[in-house]
Parts: sequence; C-alpha cells; structure tokens
Amino acid sequence: MLTTLHKQLLNDYQHDFPLSARPYQDIADALGVTEAEVLSAFTELNDNNFISRIGPVIPPNHIGVSALVAMSVPEQNLQAIADIISAYPEVNHNYEREHRLNLWFVVIASDAGHLHAVIDAIEQETSYKAMLLPMLDDFFIDLGFKLDLTND
Amino acid sequence: MIDAKDRQLLEHIQLGLPLCARPYLEIGLLCDMPETEVIERLTRLKQQGLIKRMGVIVKHRQLGYRANAMIVWNVPDNLIKQLGGHISRFSFVTLCYQRPRHPEWPYNLYCMIHGKNKATALNQLEQLVDACGLSGFDKEILFSNRCFKQRGAIYQKSTLALADG
Repeated sequence: MLTTLHKQLLNDYQHDFPLSARPYQDIADALGVTEAEVLSAFTELNDNNFISRIGPVIPPNHIGVSALVAMSVPEQNLQAIADIISAYPEVNHNYEREHRLNLWFVVIASDAGHLHAVIDAIEQETSYKAMLLPMLDDFFIDLGFKLDLTND
Repeated sequence: MIDAKDRQLLEHIQLGLPLCARPYLEIGLLCDMPETEVIERLTRLKQQGLIKRMGVIVKHRQLGYRANAMIVWNVPDNLIKQLGGHISRFSFVTLCYQRPRHPEWPYNLYCMIHGKNKATALNQLEQLVDACGLSGFDKEILFSNRCFKQRGAIYQKSTLALADG
C-alpha cells in the first residue's frame, strides 16, 4: 500500500529534486516528516520496484547518439530475438508492440559509427532487418508525469 | 558545454542517487570531487538543459499505468513544430519526437501516452486529436505488450569518453 508520504515523494519530486548537501532532510522539512522517514519511504519505493532511481534525465543526443529501431519478427521467434537484442549493453529499452513491426528498441552509442556498427551486428546476429529511426527534433519538455494514485 | 569532469560525474550519478544523508558527498567520493563541486556542476548542467530534469524516475507499469501507446502520424513538415509543441502540452503525453520517414513507414511525428488501461489511453488520444486538429492525418497506434528491457539511458564509459568528438 502506498502511504501519503510515498505518493508525495512519487508526484512532487520527479523534477527539481533538491541539489543541496542534505536533500532528503530538505524534502523532510518541506513535508513535515523526518529525514529517516523520507529515506525509508524511498527505500520501500525502490524495493517494490515503483521507481527505477533518483537521478538526472539527460536529453537524447547530447552525449552520444541514439535511435529508435523497429523490427518485424515472427511471434514464435520473438522472445529469443528480443533476448539477443537485450543482451547488447547499448540497448536500453526493448518492447513488444501490437503491430506488424512488433519489436521496438532504443540503441545509445558514442557516435554515428558506433551506432551503425551495433545495428549491423544486431541484423547479422538475428538475421532480421532493422528500421532505424533517429530522433530529429524533441518537442517534449519533461516536467515529470502526474500520477493519479487513487485506487480504482 | 560538458567537460570531462561533468561526464565522469554523470557516469556515476546516472545509476541513481544513493539513499543516505549526504548523497552528493558519496557521489563525489566515487569521482574524486568535493560535495560542493558535485552540487555546483549538477546545478549548472540543469540550468544549461544538459540535465532535462533531476528527480524520481517512476515505473509507470508498476504504478498501475498498464497501457502504453505510441502514436505515429504523417504530418506535413512545415506543421510539425507547431503540432509537436501543442501535443507536448498535454499532461498524459510523456514523449513527443520528430523522426525521419522511411520508404515503408511514412510517419514523422511520434508521441507516447501512458494510460491506466487501453480505453483511457484511447480516450486521451481522442482529446489530443480534437484539440490539436490531427484528425486529417494518417496515424497508427501501437500499444506495448511485453517489456523485454527497460532501464535509464546508460551512457557507456566509452560513450562518455568519446563524446568529445
């Protein structure tokens, strides 16, 4: 069960997390609880897999280059092919989507040469053709996501 | 601009801020940097937009947002900035990108909607289409199914070292 504190931490600290010597103390002061309570609530959110981490979101293509890649893989081979692709350290997201193009993954590399080398290696290893969709423009201003945490 | 020390710092912090009283001190110990310098550098990177946001990265699926729709449109290039800007203002939209068209894939505008279920996501999409005037453009909706891998963008050591170009 999510407590009020859990919900506040999830919704109010997706951006502008304090950049100060005692950030958890600052959060505690703002929410009227203790630093120990904030730390244990974050630990619980972590242990229950509700958050992946506290950290910076770096916009794509500022450090290295990235691309979305789509593949069309027969259903009976999908898990095996997905496993091969997930094993690449350059791949950070890998999803099945309900479409003829059913495998979608993101590759992050140091430069264009590295990116294409990874795609070539994946095509060779899987023997499926990859459609490369690099980002041209980012319209989104990431202010975090407003979660509705009421039970339904 | 990002210098070598910024990259070293990002390399250590991207895996997550430690849960302890002085987390920036801990990060500083890993990259041989005083706590104040860690904080100063992160503050500057954020001001420069090289850190888009600093905070809690939530896992939508685990928190009850089970429907993730990627919607792709084919819109005229001269309208894409305006439409992308409009789409991004909706709170349920979590990404909005322009990507190149392909011979067998004519779409150039991508957005992501996280909904509690498919019906809500489709409802939100309808709102978006109405409000942004998107009804005349070809689109496809791709719901996610299995998630094979999800983690933050891990910029490999080599990536960070080579990003100087």
